[in-house]
Amino acid sequence: MTSTATASNPIAEITNVTFGYPPAGAERPVLEDVSLSIEPCDFLGVIGPNAGGKTTLLKLILGFLRPQKGTVRIFNQLPSRMRHRIGYVPQHATVDASVPADVLDIVLTGRLKGSSWGPWFGRGEIDAAMAALEQVGIAELARRPLGTLSGGQRQRVLIARALVARPHLLLLDEPTANVDAHVEAGLTDLLHQLNRELAIVMVSHDVSFVSAHLKRVACLNRRISVHAADEISSDIIARMYGGDVRHVHHAHECALTDPGCKEGCEPTHAQASSGTTTSAAADPTDPQR
Amino acid sequence: MAFFEAMIHHNPLLLHGLIAGLLASICCGIIGPYVITRRVVMASGAISHMAIGGVGAGIYLAYMWVDPTFRLRVEELTGGLLPAPTGDQLGGAPGREQVDQAALFGAMAAAVIGALLIGLIHQRVRERMDTLLGAIWAVGMAIGLVLLKLTPGYQAEVTAYLFGNISFVPLSELVVLGVLAAFVLATVLVFHKRFMAICLDEQQAEMQGISALWTNLVLLVLVALTVMTVMRVVGLVLVLALLALPAATAGHHATRLVHMMWISVILCMLLTTVPRILVYDTPISPEPAIVLAAGGLYLTSVVIRRAVLALR
Repeated sequence: MTSTATASNPIAEITNVTFGYPPAGAERPVLEDVSLSIEPCDFLGVIGPNAGGKTTLLKLILGFLRPQKGTVRIFNQLPSRMRHRIGYVPQHATVDASVPADVLDIVLTGRLKGSSWGPWFGRGEIDAAMAALEQVGIAELARRPLGTLSGGQRQRVLIARALVARPHLLLLDEPTANVDAHVEAGLTDLLHQLNRELAIVMVSHDVSFVSAHLKRVACLNRRISVHAADEISSDIIARMYGGDVRHVHHAHECALTDPGCKEGCEPTHAQASSGTTTSAAADPTDPQR
Repeated sequence: MAFFEAMIHHNPLLLHGLIAGLLASICCGIIGPYVITRRVVMASGAISHMAIGGVGAGIYLAYMWVDPTFRLRVEELTGGLLPAPTGDQLGGAPGREQVDQAALFGAMAAAVIGALLIGLIHQRVRERMDTLLGAIWAVGMAIGLVLLKLTPGYQAEVTAYLFGNISFVPLSELVVLGVLAAFVLATVLVFHKRFMAICLDEQQAEMQGISALWTNLVLLVLVALTVMTVMRVVGLVLVLALLALPAATAGHHATRLVHMMWISVILCMLLTTVPRILVYDTPISPEPAIVLAAGGLYLTSVVIRRAVLALR
C-alpha cells in the first residue's frame, strides 16, 4: 500500500458538498452543505429517512455522482480514481442469482480490475478469495451455487466480494434490509471484527442493530449532523426526521434509546424499513415516497 | 451407414457439412451460455434477422457490380429510386461462388452493425428494448426480402441462407467459417472474466472499472459472428435453435458457466451430426431435423427438471 493510507490522513474527505439531481441540480438539493471526514478504522452509521440522501451520499463517495458545490476526495484524489480502495456491498438484489456461478466465482469477480484479461483467475487470486470467504466465515460454501444460499449467507458472499480487493473502506447499503433478526446479530459481530482492519460506513434505516459497535452516527436528511455513537438521543433523531414522519421517528427513537424494547417496535419498524433506498433520488421534501 | 459410405466415396460436401456443423457447435456452445445468462436471446434473434437484410444487400451489390443489364432493370423496377452501380462492369451475371461470398460478407457486415446498434441502444433505453428488438428483427428481414426480390436469378438459393443448406458448403466458405470460429474462441479466452462479471452484476463490474457498454458490445459482436457460423447449418431464421436451446438445456444441469459451455458444446456437436446422419436418404431435410432435435432435447430437459424438482 502507498503512503496515503497513514493514520493522519482521512480516507474520505467530504467538504461542503451540495448535490441535487438534474434538471433542478443545486436549486433543489438532495444534500446541502454536507461535510464529513472518514478516518481509518472509523465505524460510521448513516441514518435518515427515505429520500434523505443516504444512497446519494454513497454514490458521491464512489464517484458515480459529482457534487455541484464542494469536493469529495478519497485519499486526496478524485473518488472515481480511487474506487479500487473502496469495497461496496449493495443490497443483494443486484446479483443475478440465476446465473450459473458458485460462491467462489462470485467472490473472484471482486478481484477484477480495468486491466484484467484472460479466461481464468490465478492461484493467488483464488487463495485471496478463499481467505475473504474465511474472513466472513463461509469458506465451506465456496462451491455452492448462489441460488441455494440463505439471505444471510448471500449477504456474506457480497461482503467477501468487497473484501477480496483489500479495500480500506467498506460501504454497506442497507445491509439489514432483507434479513432476519438472528442474521442481523451475526452480521453485527462480523462487521465489528472487520472494523479492526478497515473503516466501515453503513447506510441504514435501522441503525439500532450495530449501535453497540458504531463509533459515530451521522444523521442525514438533506443536511448532515455527525455525533459520537453514545451521545445520540431521541431528541436528535426527532429533530432530524421532523414531525411529519411519526412512525419512523417512533421506531428509531425506541430502538436507539432502549434496545430492550426492540421487539415491541418490530411492526412499526418493519414499516419504516420497507421503502427502498433508490427513492433517495426522489423529492427530498416528501419522505413518504 | 449410407451417410458415411456416400461421404467417403463420392460426396466430399457431406464432410464439409459435418465440419461446418462442428465449427458452428464450438461457437454456439461457448457463446450460447452467455446469451442465456445475459438474457440477450431476443437480441441474438434480431441480429440474425438483420443478417438476412445483409444477405439481400450483399447479393444485390454483387449484381450491381457485375451485371450491366441489372442496373437498367433495377432502375426500371424502382423508377430510379435505388442507386445505380458505378465502377467497372465486367459483364454477365455473377457466378454462384461470387453470390455466396457476397451473401456471407453482406450478412456478416449487417450482423455486426446490428450487434453494435443493439448494444448502443441497450445502454440508452432499457425499458422498450423488446419493442426495439422486434422492430430491428422485422425490418432487417424485410430489407433482405425487398433486395432479394429485386435480384433475379438466385431466388431459389435464398432458402439456403434463410433455412440453411448444410449439404452444400463450399470449401472457400468453410475456410472463412474456420477463421471466424478461431476468432470467436480467441476473443472469449481474452474476455471471459469480463463477460462473467457483467453477466453476474453489471453495476459491480462498472465499479471495478469494467465498462459494461464495451464488454456488452464485444459480446454482441461475437454473437453476430456466431450467427454467421450457424447460417449454413440451420439458417438465419432458425439460428436460435442452435444458439439458445442447447445452452438453455445445459443450463438446467450446470452450476457453473464453464460447465454449461462444455455441456452445450457437446450437445451442439451431437445435434449437428446425429439428426443429419439419421435423415440421410429420407425426404426430410437435415436442417429442420436439427432444429426439431434441439427443440425436443430442450423440452425433454424441461420436463425432466420439473419432475426431479417435484420429487425432491
